[in-house]
Amino acid sequence: MSEEVIRTEGLTKVFNKHLTAVDHVNFSVKQGEIFGFLGPNGAGKTTTINMLITILKPTEGKASVLGFDIAKQDNNVRNVIGVVPQEYTADEDLTGLENILLCADLYGIPREVAKERAMDLLKLVELTDFKDKKVETYSGGMRRRLELACGLINRPKVLFLDEPTLGLDVQTRTATWEYIRKLKKEFGMTLFMTTHYLEEADALCDRIAIIDHGKIVVVGAPEELKHSLGGDIITLSIKDDPDVSELIRGIEHVKEVKKEDGSYRIKAEYGEVTAPFVIEALRSKGYTVTKLMLTEPTLNEVYLEYTGKSMRDTEESREAFRAQRMTMRRARA
Amino acid sequence: MSKLNEHHPSKLHGIWALTKRELKKWLKEPIILLMAILQPVLWMGLFGKAMNIGNMFSSSNISISNIVLPGVAFIPPQSGSITISGAALSQMFGNLGPTIMQNIFGVEDYFSYMAVGMISFIVLFTTMFSGMSIVWDRRLGFLNKVLSTPVSRGAIIFSKVLNASLRAMFQATIILMLAVIFGLQVSSTFSVLNLLGVYAAVFLLCLGLSSVFLAVALRSTKWETQMAIVNLINLPLMFASNTFFPISQMPDWIQAIARVNPISYLTDANRQLTVLPLDASSLMLDFAFLGVFAAVFSIIGIALSWRYLTK
Repeated sequence: MSEEVIRTEGLTKVFNKHLTAVDHVNFSVKQGEIFGFLGPNGAGKTTTINMLITILKPTEGKASVLGFDIAKQDNNVRNVIGVVPQEYTADEDLTGLENILLCADLYGIPREVAKERAMDLLKLVELTDFKDKKVETYSGGMRRRLELACGLINRPKVLFLDEPTLGLDVQTRTATWEYIRKLKKEFGMTLFMTTHYLEEADALCDRIAIIDHGKIVVVGAPEELKHSLGGDIITLSIKDDPDVSELIRGIEHVKEVKKEDGSYRIKAEYGEVTAPFVIEALRSKGYTVTKLMLTEPTLNEVYLEYTGKSMRDTEESREAFRAQRMTMRRARA
Repeated sequence: MSKLNEHHPSKLHGIWALTKRELKKWLKEPIILLMAILQPVLWMGLFGKAMNIGNMFSSSNISISNIVLPGVAFIPPQSGSITISGAALSQMFGNLGPTIMQNIFGVEDYFSYMAVGMISFIVLFTTMFSGMSIVWDRRLGFLNKVLSTPVSRGAIIFSKVLNASLRAMFQATIILMLAVIFGLQVSSTFSVLNLLGVYAAVFLLCLGLSSVFLAVALRSTKWETQMAIVNLINLPLMFASNTFFPISQMPDWIQAIARVNPISYLTDANRQLTVLPLDASSLMLDFAFLGVFAAVFSIIGIALSWRYLTK
């Protein structure tokens, strides 16, 4: 078999005949990598993951997981994958252990085997001491770890994580990243995850696909993508906000100038060398630079470059927002 | 080709795992069970005991004076008037009460009549609210998680239906036991084996009703919608049936509803098996109706749910 674990060809999902959530998406995920889907809420990340885990049927196109067609061999797919959903799905009235055993039952794992695995998994996610406590007493981080354990009960070859750190505080988030890295390192597992946190995609993923309005805009390793921008970013504001794009464009090493609400985004090679020249050129024409910032490209710049908007400003769909708020509330409770 | 998960769950396995989850949740919250039981018990106690219909017909509480019939139409030798003593009248009408009850309700006390009807009441309420749990499962993401496991869609739906049925049957048992304690009088044809018939009838109705309500619940995004539907139709369904009152005494248009209302057939079957003398042919009719209802509606409900889950 090839080392392609997931492969999609023109994967498309249209809801209610006119809302295209995922639009002819093509990508492949290699054996043993962490592949991230990065995009704002409502970009089609969850819809894509739901098609891959066989909850939704694609409207058009094909996809396979470990060689099994997601539409025709859905039951085979379900057997080899693990899923950690965005929501906290564990039953609050049951204990942590009972929840894991319930998941085991859903895969038809015999009780003896299930118990043994459950204990191992509880140890892995450090919940052994809390296994007999009702889940309603768990914190957000503990719940997330329990979800992780449930998703691993059938020893999946591929693990799907939908927004694995949504609503978690910074420390818990970093801890969760550690568990995810461990899975990759110790079990050679392939992981497919979605996120709308740039730092998360940057820190965790071997490769990412940026998705916007249901379309993949670019795929690559985070470093590669940042590098592809071809330089550093100089952001500056000028007093009275005159139009000086042309002037800046004439400076050596400046590759691109974009004006966006009151400030200039200048892409330049050797930013630390070019910036003084820019200031000098502006001052000689009598303009006053009020603000200047020099940044090495981050994923946000990559995102901005490919989607034309900043990750933070993207509007959120109401439904996604509601669902997310609910998850967050449960995370905090 | 990579190796598959070595354990292939059978269809039954998934059903059992999911049913067990619900039962576990249910047993951990005895207060919910108590509340569910409490309502029909209150109805039984207040309505069943307060509406003392048997006594209403009996004149023993009314003091009747002697009635004097003017003797104009009577034969000449006895001109004057005929006098019937009040005591004689009281005795006559006193027997009339139980007779009327027997003729209209089939039993001598109203309590026995309506207490059995409460089994239908609990079946209706339990199945209606059972759909609600899938609304929560969906909102909290549990449904999606189960859908991503090898458990078949059918097992997910059927476990819900089964769960509603088991709950209703358990609650029906408690209602029946309480009714006996409160003074339910069984008929001469009653035997313990008849209880199996009661369970069978309850199961059939649960199957049909919970399948339908499940399909409705799957489509309503808010549990409030489900609540509104349940509240809108449950009382009309109860009253347009023989649960509280015999169909024969209703106006035609209510009779028309009551005769297709499956609640009537469940109630009638249960009454025949407990408080009424058993009439084999009408019991067969009841079961036939319940059987057809269960088959048709569970197929519709399950098909609709199936379509929703495999969209």
